[in-house]
Amino acid sequence: IRFILIQNRAGKTRLAKWYMQFDDDEKQKLIEEVHAVVTVRDAKHTNFVEFRNFKIIYRRYAGLYFCICVDVTDNNLAYLEAIHNFVEVLNEYFHNVCELDLVFNFYKVYTVVDEMFLAGEIRETSQTKVLKQLLMLQSLE
Amino acid sequence: MSDVVERTLSALPALLGPQHPAAGPGRLPATSRLGSLIRSITALTSKHEEEKLIQQEIASLKAMVSAPTTTLRLMKECMVRLIYCEMLGYESSFGYIHAIKLAQQGNLLEKRVGTLGYDLQSTNLVEVCMALTVVSQIFPREMIPAVLPLIEDKLQHSKEIIRRKAVQALYKFYLIAPNQVQHIHDKFRKALCDRDVGVMAASLHIYLEMIKENSSGYKDLTESFVMILKQVVGGKLPIDFNYHSVPAPWLQIQLLRILGLLGKDDPRTSELMYDVLDESLRRAEINHNITYAILFECVQTIYTIHPKSELLEKAAKCIGKFVLSPKINLKYLGLKALTCVIQQDPNLALQHQMTIIECLDHPDPIIKKETLEILYRITNGQNVTVIVQKMYAPDNGWFIQTMNAVFSVGGDALHPDIPNNFLRLLAEGFDDRKEDEQLRTYAVRSYLTLLEEENTFYPQKFLQVMIWVLGEYSSLATDVDPEIILTRLHSLLKKTFVTSDTKAWIMAAVTKIASRTSCSKTIDKLIKEFSSSLDTCMRQHAFELKHLCEDKVLMKNLLPFDASCNDVVVDASLSFLDGFVVEGLSHGAAPYKPHHQRQEEKLSQEKALNFEPYGLSFASSVSSSGITGRQSPTGLSFGSDTSGNSAETGHKETNTLKLEGIRKLWGKEGYLPKKESKAGKPDEPQAASCGNLLAGRVTDPSASQSDQVSSFSEEEKEKQQLASTLFVGLGSNAGVSLMGKMDVATQKFKRKSKINETQNSEEASDIQNSDASTFGPLLDTVPVNKEDCEGNKHTRLRKPSLCSSDTVEDNLAFETPQSLKKPGLNDRLSDSRLSPLSLFADSNIEIFQPSSSALCESANKTSSVPSLPKELEELPHSEVVELCQSDALALYLCKVWKDDSLLLALFASNKKGSALNAVNLVFEKAEHFQILESPAHQFSVIEAQSVEHCQKYVWMDKICTQGILPGSISYQSEMESCLEFSVTLSLLDFIRPMEMTTEDFGKLWLSLSNDVKQNIKMLPSQDSLSAALSTLQQKLKLHIVDIIGNEGILACQLLPSVPCLLHCRTYSGMLALWFRSPCSALPDGLLYQCQKVMEES
Repeated sequence: IRFILIQNRAGKTRLAKWYMQFDDDEKQKLIEEVHAVVTVRDAKHTNFVEFRNFKIIYRRYAGLYFCICVDVTDNNLAYLEAIHNFVEVLNEYFHNVCELDLVFNFYKVYTVVDEMFLAGEIRETSQTKVLKQLLMLQSLE
Repeated sequence: MSDVVERTLSALPALLGPQHPAAGPGRLPATSRLGSLIRSITALTSKHEEEKLIQQEIASLKAMVSAPTTTLRLMKECMVRLIYCEMLGYESSFGYIHAIKLAQQGNLLEKRVGTLGYDLQSTNLVEVCMALTVVSQIFPREMIPAVLPLIEDKLQHSKEIIRRKAVQALYKFYLIAPNQVQHIHDKFRKALCDRDVGVMAASLHIYLEMIKENSSGYKDLTESFVMILKQVVGGKLPIDFNYHSVPAPWLQIQLLRILGLLGKDDPRTSELMYDVLDESLRRAEINHNITYAILFECVQTIYTIHPKSELLEKAAKCIGKFVLSPKINLKYLGLKALTCVIQQDPNLALQHQMTIIECLDHPDPIIKKETLEILYRITNGQNVTVIVQKMYAPDNGWFIQTMNAVFSVGGDALHPDIPNNFLRLLAEGFDDRKEDEQLRTYAVRSYLTLLEEENTFYPQKFLQVMIWVLGEYSSLATDVDPEIILTRLHSLLKKTFVTSDTKAWIMAAVTKIASRTSCSKTIDKLIKEFSSSLDTCMRQHAFELKHLCEDKVLMKNLLPFDASCNDVVVDASLSFLDGFVVEGLSHGAAPYKPHHQRQEEKLSQEKALNFEPYGLSFASSVSSSGITGRQSPTGLSFGSDTSGNSAETGHKETNTLKLEGIRKLWGKEGYLPKKESKAGKPDEPQAASCGNLLAGRVTDPSASQSDQVSSFSEEEKEKQQLASTLFVGLGSNAGVSLMGKMDVATQKFKRKSKINETQNSEEASDIQNSDASTFGPLLDTVPVNKEDCEGNKHTRLRKPSLCSSDTVEDNLAFETPQSLKKPGLNDRLSDSRLSPLSLFADSNIEIFQPSSSALCESANKTSSVPSLPKELEELPHSEVVELCQSDALALYLCKVWKDDSLLLALFASNKKGSALNAVNLVFEKAEHFQILESPAHQFSVIEAQSVEHCQKYVWMDKICTQGILPGSISYQSEMESCLEFSVTLSLLDFIRPMEMTTEDFGKLWLSLSNDVKQNIKMLPSQDSLSAALSTLQQKLKLHIVDIIGNEGILACQLLPSVPCLLHCRTYSGMLALWFRSPCSALPDGLLYQCQKVMEES
């Protein structure tokens, strides 16, 4: 994984996690570009789009686009399902997640991301384990 | 630094919601300043307002954090707001230092962002966890050695989550600096065998990377990976790892990828994994994306490793499932899988051809692109045209530059349609006017830069394209002075490499530009210069230009801007000439007969014209298309008509053939409306049937499709046709059923053996082959004999033996070797004489042999008759004839027809009783002949009553039917005397049979441009074709390549290596001869000789 982006339809970034070195200008540019390629796509289109030398696997949940940028050789469906897995965890954690949860609890979302993805790879896929870890962290605070 | 800030995130919960620790994750309290900030930002409507607000916020934060009175609590809140601003992309670096200060203040929460090392050594689980997470983020390379030992320690940690994060941190290090973690490879192995699944799974990331780098080093682990996969697939993992009741799918995928890398090109390792792959395929049966993800990976692995047919079959079926799926994602992945496997299994593409065709026009660009990718991979010599038509240019610049490359590389060998279509495209443009102008302007600029370079050579066709575009559209580049363009064109006119054809293009372009400029020095100069040109064409153009320039209004009307596509109304019936014709007729002129009518009348004795292309008669060996390119000999005029681009015509025909089944948009008359082309095209049903053939041959899915062919709509039919053209030549047996068709279409120059080869091979080599065969003939037909000749030149003959007993005979009738007319005798003689020579071995060429009677006659003579040295005696040669003689000396000549040259053996015979000194033989320079080596020879001494001998090798330089090679011989006896002589050489002395196969003949025929045709009457004595041909063979030394029916093909070469091909056809007592040769005079000369021998015999 090169980066994970969560954007709404207007292009506001709700989460950005980078696993590759970019400077700030470059990040901003990437965010805009991703928004441009992803939002124009029809619901009947595939969930994959080529992007620079990578590809973006994206999935839309209500008004939010969850985008994962991966290498072209990576397994599209695996990442598509990883997104879904991630969303399921969020849903469980926030009890019926909505965009505002991500806005106000962005730090928690980052924690979830860190639990599930690490060093640009899928780390933990077991939802029960992730949730257990998350609750444990939360109990400390 | 921003890392540090990001890390501070972890500290946030306590800062924001300490009052409600038990409330769990919830909305922020409304009173929170961050909450209000976020709320106000979300309420804003424009980016501009947001900027303003944030600037305000940052300014107030700045003041607050710097103020010494700010409490710790307030500081924390400021930090959070700062972080939020930072996240929105605003500069807030001033806060970093405060963040660090805060971090150092020592309570547990802040310390998380403090020094890593300290955290890593902590015994607190959460702290270690956080530290490891940070380490796994983007991490500076220089810091790795500092923390590496700490992380290594963590590999032994009792908590699995710590071990796991440690492994992943090491993975990160491996990505950043593989060398630094080299020494802990055995620890990775330990991690792989960890009792916890998570740790093992984490280690797979490292293994995947390492195996990507070097798969051979980890072959021993294959069994472990297979075992793990088996357990995962078998559901041995804790239920926690199930995702939608699929056991650890991501882990499976990871393992499959590793196995694929390990088994690649390694039959033994692959052997180990066949079972588990089979099981994976079998188990993944739930209809869910994640199972498809596993299936996809499985298929990829199966096609990557050493193949096993059983698995391949299953994988192919699986790909079918993907491709035929209604789900767009799966369809896309199916296409992707097809792209990967298509080279190994082209039949698979055939099975799914209809899906592929449908996807070509899919609204999703990524699917379209993938489909094009498939087409690209199945491109071969036979379908390349159709496939390329499906591609498109991304933008103007790319298009023009690519075309420039095509023109410079392809040069004048390009099919003439390419520049024509290119110009047509430029001229006609698209719907968008602005776009058109951009494209044209880009082209103009591009060509101007190209022409700026002095002394660069461009192919004529490219030049013509550039010139036309400049002439037509140079005014679009408004910033370029037309004078500059005119100067460029003017300088081109003076270049020697520019052909007169191109010069005409230049003049046309200059005229067009002139019509748009008021007055120009260059034009005046140009008119002046070329009005007195020796080239009548140029002079004509110059005068036209001059007159046009005098009447600008007329000129503007004549040359409107951008009107190249407008229809010009032409009175094709030339009705305005009617008056003239009537007048002529009334004065008794004969009514005009069109060319073809005259031809028909001339051939009226013939019952039926044979318009069958001549190549068809040997369809088995030569593909007919090549010869179809030319019309039948009888359809063309008699005599010689040379056509400069006849070779191109041949290409053209084949190209049109190739497009079978494709809607023909352009015909001779221009654009063909769609309906018309559908109705009146004879080859359409053929193409459709060709599609059926294809469909019928492949397996189940499309076979059923083809059953419904009859009920298909028009559109479907079109798709079928497209399919048949696209998938031509794919698959092992694909070619066979269609061979006749496709082969004619594209691979006209292919040798028989190559056909089989290419049908089985992949497209890469296929293209190479067809390339090679296209260019082959050029190389083949110009055999370089020079070296051979040089080799022979140096073989000196030994001294001729003295045969004084023999007599000279000086019968002039023997000068031309036609004294023997009985074929029987001929055969016998040539048999005995020619056997050792390959070139003449099977061709019964008439060779002179002195008749016994002649020998008897000459026996009376006194002087010695020279005879050839033994090694020459065996070669075909003429009679020894006397060239000149005096009291003292006689000079004799014998022509020896060597394979590579004509050898003149000259014998100087001393008739006197004393020796002759300083005998000098010199040939004068002759117009038509070239004597290899020196034209002179000196015999220092010729003993009394003896004969000396010298040899000269001659080639024919300029073609003539008969020519004279004059010379003189001087010698010293009592006084210096000189004898003059001349040697008569005929064209036939330099003609040698040329052996070739019928195929080579076909190739060569097409590549030759000069042709001559003639019908001659055959004598009753030799009314059969074979009789006529054998006459030609004997008398003219032609090689009979093939005889089929009433047609025959013969080949010969003029020394050293100019080929001449002859095609003969008999009909009602006539023999139609059709010569072709690269040299224009040779067919004429040979024709003359043919007529002569046919009349004589």
